[in-house]
Amino acid sequence: MHTKSAARNIFYGGSAFFILIFFGLTIHSHYYIVNVSTDKKGLTQAVIHGKKLWEDKSCVNCHTILGEGAYFAPELGNVWVRYGGKDDPEGARETFKTWMKSQPTGVEGRRQMPQFNFTEKELDDLADFFKWVSTIDTNGWPPNDAG
Amino acid sequence: MKYKTQKIALAYFAVAMGLFAIQVLGGLLAGFIYISPNFLSELMPFNTVRMLHTNALVVWLLLGFFGAAYYLIPEEAERAIHSPAIAYAQLALLVVGTLGAVITYTFNLFEGNFFLGLQGREFLEQPLWVKLGIVVAVLMFLYNVTMTALQGKKTAISNVLILGIWGLAIFFLFAFYVPANLALDKMYWWYVIHLWVEGVWELIMAAILAFLMLKLTGVDREVVEKWVYVIVALALFSGVLGTGHHYYWIGTPKYWTWIGSIFSALEVVPFFVMVLFSFSMVWKGGRDHPNKAAMLWALGTAVMAFFGAGVWGFMHTLSSVNYYSHGTQVTAAHGHLAFFGAYVSINLAIITYAMPYLLKREPYNQVLNMISFWVMNSSMAFMTIVLTFAGAIQTHLQRVNGDAYMDVQAQLHLFYVMRFGAGAVFVIGCLMFIYATFVPRKELISKASPAPAE
Repeated sequence: MHTKSAARNIFYGGSAFFILIFFGLTIHSHYYIVNVSTDKKGLTQAVIHGKKLWEDKSCVNCHTILGEGAYFAPELGNVWVRYGGKDDPEGARETFKTWMKSQPTGVEGRRQMPQFNFTEKELDDLADFFKWVSTIDTNGWPPNDAG
Repeated sequence: MKYKTQKIALAYFAVAMGLFAIQVLGGLLAGFIYISPNFLSELMPFNTVRMLHTNALVVWLLLGFFGAAYYLIPEEAERAIHSPAIAYAQLALLVVGTLGAVITYTFNLFEGNFFLGLQGREFLEQPLWVKLGIVVAVLMFLYNVTMTALQGKKTAISNVLILGIWGLAIFFLFAFYVPANLALDKMYWWYVIHLWVEGVWELIMAAILAFLMLKLTGVDREVVEKWVYVIVALALFSGVLGTGHHYYWIGTPKYWTWIGSIFSALEVVPFFVMVLFSFSMVWKGGRDHPNKAAMLWALGTAVMAFFGAGVWGFMHTLSSVNYYSHGTQVTAAHGHLAFFGAYVSINLAIITYAMPYLLKREPYNQVLNMISFWVMNSSMAFMTIVLTFAGAIQTHLQRVNGDAYMDVQAQLHLFYVMRFGAGAVFVIGCLMFIYATFVPRKELISKASPAPAE
């Protein structure tokens, strides 16, 4: 039937058209991320290692980061800001490290975070990762420090 | 069942249903941890439970798709599956990979190892060796069904189904690209996640739904196939650029707030057309197919996908709304109803349709199957509404008022209790379905039932 082949051709042609536009915009977005919205120079070995630790411990299956992940534990894309890292980076780092070392709290009825037994170096790298993530230009998200 | 090789589907469906049970039990456990957070917190932390819940879901849905393809492609192509041996080897490979992933997650084995350890990006946690196994398995599948379809009759249904699985394979390759830059990582991560569930999986769903309509209603193939192309065209026209609704807040350019809002708002359209399609086929069709349960699931999947993926997706997809609701329980509500309505239900529909043929029996236990339909649908609807309320409150307290995350969560406790209750009922529905589908009974119920399709 004529209309079926017309529908098929519109499907193939239209889909190819939209996929090409999408790829084009992705390429632009790729350059935008690398050069504009993220801190290129700040992406150090420590930050990269921090991200690796974030993945190895499967943190994203409790926490969100930039709003993506599980909704069981607080947002961490802005944890650096929430800990006051903008004004007092050393204080934020210490607060973060103390927090990590004191888990799990064991408090009855409160969600528990495991103890990961990170070394000082690993904790620093993780802190560097969160600090780097907090500098991503996210169009002003989240609306406030609560994340 | 016209071809012996269609029997391959039985093995796929059986493994899929086993994983379905594991998935919902994992979900129930996760729901219990929400209301009793100290439970298993040292032995099996929440993140591990959640990995099992989400990964079991994805794997069983894929197994269902593969099983559906092995069932329907021979009937469409009018030709036996090219190589049953490859099909069974593919299943064995997927089972080994699944077991490997489960053991790796549960005991966190080989932590940090690039090849053997888990890779902690959401939904793509499978160790590298498992990911490579998935690629090999999908290539085996594509070779097998493409050969079958090429040597046989080419229909729009098998065409769209195979195209959907080719797309699935191609976009999965982005799972191997893990940039050190988190923003880039996220942008390409969505190439797998979004372009699967809001892209190529819709092709698979439309093809299976069309096959069911063709068989259940007896409507002319030409009519059905025209609808299929309209549906999948609308799905990709809206869904591809609709990826932009994930590019609002991750470091991508601001123009995505416009592109994403406009195109993702249109993602509701193909789901609405699926409702129009399935209901008008049933009204037009003259066939009184004995498998009423399959008809119920087929109509149910169209309706619930429209609400879950369509309406609940639209609810928080505009960037001005999403700014406040992003990453709250609203997303969890949408995720649950969308996956259940679209992909769980289409699988249960084709399984309900095919099993009587695969087991060479009348559609036994129809009533129990239909009861399980209502139990699962109503409990999932309840869970979705509960989580939506929780999400709305969370959005206001946390995103508008700026209250701390954990303080807000404490205030949502009642909703999490109700969610757990809904989950428990859903598990019962799931087990009822599996029993009704796999355990044959002596009496024939279908002929006696008055057959209300909806």
